[in-house]
Amino acid sequence: MGLLTNLKDSISRAASTLFSEEDPKRIGIYGPPNAGKTTLANRIARDWTGDAVGPESHVPHETRRARRKENVEIERDGKKVTIDIVDTPGVTTKVDYTEFLEHDMEKDDAVRRSREATEGVAEAMHWLREDVDGVIYVLDSATDPFTQVNTMLIGIIESQDLPVLILANKIDLEESSVQRIRNAYPQHETIPLSALEGDNMDEVYDKIAEYFG
Amino acid sequence: MAEIKGPDDGVQIDLISGERMDGLASMEKIRIILDGVRDGNIVILEEGLSPDEESRLIEVTMTEISPDEFNGIEIETYPKSETADQSILDRIMGKESTKKLTVIGPANQIETLHKDETLISALVSRK
Repeated sequence: MGLLTNLKDSISRAASTLFSEEDPKRIGIYGPPNAGKTTLANRIARDWTGDAVGPESHVPHETRRARRKENVEIERDGKKVTIDIVDTPGVTTKVDYTEFLEHDMEKDDAVRRSREATEGVAEAMHWLREDVDGVIYVLDSATDPFTQVNTMLIGIIESQDLPVLILANKIDLEESSVQRIRNAYPQHETIPLSALEGDNMDEVYDKIAEYFG
Repeated sequence: MAEIKGPDDGVQIDLISGERMDGLASMEKIRIILDGVRDGNIVILEEGLSPDEESRLIEVTMTEISPDEFNGIEIETYPKSETADQSILDRIMGKESTKKLTVIGPANQIETLHKDETLISALVSRK
């Protein structure tokens, strides 16, 4: 009886290992609002599946729901890496609807957008604690990376021992400084790119395969 | 007898010791912080929150934001996270160190003027 139980346990362990290796890893794209997370998610999805993930906009909090693109197969050096991309709403500790009024929005629309944005941030935090296997952290290299939200989020990711790749986006902008991001988070590798222009995407895919493959 | 001051006279600052927070559950800590901040107070924690508590603080803050009433929080700690330097064994053994002074206030009343590894300079205004 004992032998049979042991055998059953071994088989179920082997099966679970087998399936967990086959399951694509869920990689969350995190970062502050307007860092270019959706532009990056769309770039990756279009390059490898032909479809986009969601609409992009210069108005903050355009992404107000986490969106998953499943089974994105990235090929590097003849090897295939399959991941699910989770594009998440930009994380912040405050949302003021009056900021949306500056983007020619009526009050009702601005209030609705702010309510959806707060729900989206809460959802993103939940995904981070429970449902992602790795993180791509996107920063706008033309702005100061030394913010509390970035420091806290990177601390939260580190505390969960999740693999994290920091991407310095928007290198096509004149004010861009990748070094400023490297100085702020020296414990992590920082890869420069422009998701909008498609600059340096080869290195980004190499690193995705290395970190999450 | 000294005149008792009301909230209109200034900004209340609550400095909460590590000892006071030690025995509390995560949600109790978050409640103390958010109740204080929603009353317009500046809350200073001697020993800060753990990364997991910070994550829950953001989540609960988001659920409480309400137009024209509460816009959220401004939170500042020194940027160097000690967790990055700790061994996995220390963390498994529950020796995770989160001792970093943390300042939290209402987003519409506190503005960070300067921040680096050793100095946080903030401007606090009345409601």
